[in-house]
Amino acid sequence: MKDFQPVFAGIDVGASRTKAVILDCAQQIIGRAVVKSGTDFEAASHQCLTLALLMAGCTAEQIAKAMTTGYGRKNVAISQESKTEISCHARGCYYYFPQTITIIDIGGQDNKIIKLDESGKRLSFKMNRKCAAGTGAFLEEMSTRLDIPLENLDGLARQSMSMVELGSFCTVFSATEVLEKIRQGKKVPDIVKGLFFSVIKRVMEMDSLSEHVVMTGGVVAHNSYLVKMTEEMIGRRILVPDFPQLTGAIGAALYAQTIMNYEL
Amino acid sequence: MAEEKKVVRKKIEAAVQMNRYMSDYFYELNEADKTRSRKIAWCTSVGPAEILRAMGFLVHFPENHGAMLGATRMATDMIPIANASGYSPEICSYLTADVGAYMKGVTPLSRAYPGIDRVPRPDVLVYNTNQCRDVQDWFAWYAAEFKVPLLGIHTHRGVKDVGDAHVASIASQMKALIPQLEAISGNKFDIDELRHVLTLSKECSSLWKKVLDTASAMPSPITFFDGTIHMGPAVVLRGTQTAVDYYNLLLAELNVRINNKVAAVEGERFRLYWDGMPVWGRLRDHSDLFAGAGVNVLASTYCNSWIFSAFDPEDTFNSMARAYTELFIVRADDAKEAYIRRMIEFFKVDGIIYHDAKTCPNNSNCRYGMPQRLEALTGVPSLTINGDLNDLRLVSDEQTKTNVEAFIEQLEEK
Repeated sequence: MKDFQPVFAGIDVGASRTKAVILDCAQQIIGRAVVKSGTDFEAASHQCLTLALLMAGCTAEQIAKAMTTGYGRKNVAISQESKTEISCHARGCYYYFPQTITIIDIGGQDNKIIKLDESGKRLSFKMNRKCAAGTGAFLEEMSTRLDIPLENLDGLARQSMSMVELGSFCTVFSATEVLEKIRQGKKVPDIVKGLFFSVIKRVMEMDSLSEHVVMTGGVVAHNSYLVKMTEEMIGRRILVPDFPQLTGAIGAALYAQTIMNYEL
Repeated sequence: MAEEKKVVRKKIEAAVQMNRYMSDYFYELNEADKTRSRKIAWCTSVGPAEILRAMGFLVHFPENHGAMLGATRMATDMIPIANASGYSPEICSYLTADVGAYMKGVTPLSRAYPGIDRVPRPDVLVYNTNQCRDVQDWFAWYAAEFKVPLLGIHTHRGVKDVGDAHVASIASQMKALIPQLEAISGNKFDIDELRHVLTLSKECSSLWKKVLDTASAMPSPITFFDGTIHMGPAVVLRGTQTAVDYYNLLLAELNVRINNKVAAVEGERFRLYWDGMPVWGRLRDHSDLFAGAGVNVLASTYCNSWIFSAFDPEDTFNSMARAYTELFIVRADDAKEAYIRRMIEFFKVDGIIYHDAKTCPNNSNCRYGMPQRLEALTGVPSLTINGDLNDLRLVSDEQTKTNVEAFIEQLEEK
């Protein structure tokens, strides 16, 4: 049914994962994919887009416009146009929640807090400093140290009965602290919950929050307990879009569509 | 692939003359160092250089040398040498780069000026803590190394309004330097010579201000990045006719640009203000990053630091004391905020970039809520970038680029 129908592609070439989204003219997501970015952004973006097109039942020729975003946004040949992940996450989140929102995006390499007004205009944004604290990289490092698969962290944190608090900003110092807690006989689920709490604290230090808070990013997508913990911390419900890891790619696809409409 | 836009840089013709003047300055110092024909003083860049010049010293400015180490990207290799000898990576990276380079026996002067193989050796070191305490420790290291006298002025800091008590205190400290400088230089202090030097310094300062103020034109004929290069004479040659001649030349060229509507950044779309130090090792990259997007970072607190409006040759010590205390860096946040508000209005800026320089807390004005307060007052958005003046280990190019591009996208949506 999608033959010869124009579609719009958004490709978010992140430091850890590459994400692709295909939107139809009605702004519906008809294809999506996530692959590891690895060391060849070009290959990863090509593979990711191919998978998304396959899911959409479309061909590359149907792409009326593609837009790239993310860390490797200027390193791939798929598109001549790119926008920063700040703009694309904002656009993608506003698509789901068209109101005044504060977006917390926890990615593999960086965190962002983006504030939008009721019309979707960006009021401000903050990115984490040059430090892995509070990012997916922190959890990846800790999962290696604890010899626990990354995907098991969420389940373990949920089992915690008595969270262990970690004090350090620094990933390396936190690892030392974790070893110390293991020596003290602390339970692994309690330590893992402490790691989640550390991520949340680092993010909360970046900026204040408005009433409606949206959480996105790969870390959020794979660790829903982290959202629950954040809700408990701020005392209100947090909005999470259908595909929290894809909001950047969705935003990029929406920009692609806007540009085409403008050009037409 | 989304291609990076190539930036065509508009050269300022006067730079050729500036390079000659700077070359003459460094070779004169080198000659005096080798022959010991003139006494040499080291001085902080916003220190009492006029007194030293009036007493016959040639003056070397270690901060200028620190900036050269940064701009040539030598600093990051020198800093660890100082770190290893007990000078923390958290303190001023001018200090650590400069001391590290000395310990290694290298200087960027050798690259720029063949035949110069070291910084000129001092007969005296004179600092003013109006910028920070680090200058005192920095100069103390060299005083011990060269076994020469270390003299200093201790400025009040965090000053809201500069009052008579502040001025009297600094003026008396300046006067107290005189007998010691007479003994070191072998020259008797001559108030008329100081008046002469101060007259030239005031003229230099006034012309430098006019140069920077040309950025209020739309489009601006100059960028902040140009300013960081062309401020050289205001730093090392103020108090001389050479500096006055240079800024007359530069000002004339910029005025021609204004008359002909020549923009420093082609198609100037947005005008930004830079607060804090430049990232010396990334001057060109940052200049290209903004210019490539049609954005001119055209004014700054930093380049304005060498404007000394209070200088008065008829009231030498008091006016120097006032001028060196009125500086932005010496002031309390409310005075700083009032200043930046004036700059926003005068230069008609669309946004502010705050550079949070890891090793320069005194020149990083975003750490006590100022960006948030100013944004609430003016509605002018701001971006804070993390980095450093000299230590490129503290600079994340990708983070900076994404932040800047996202900020420009935000301005486009406004």
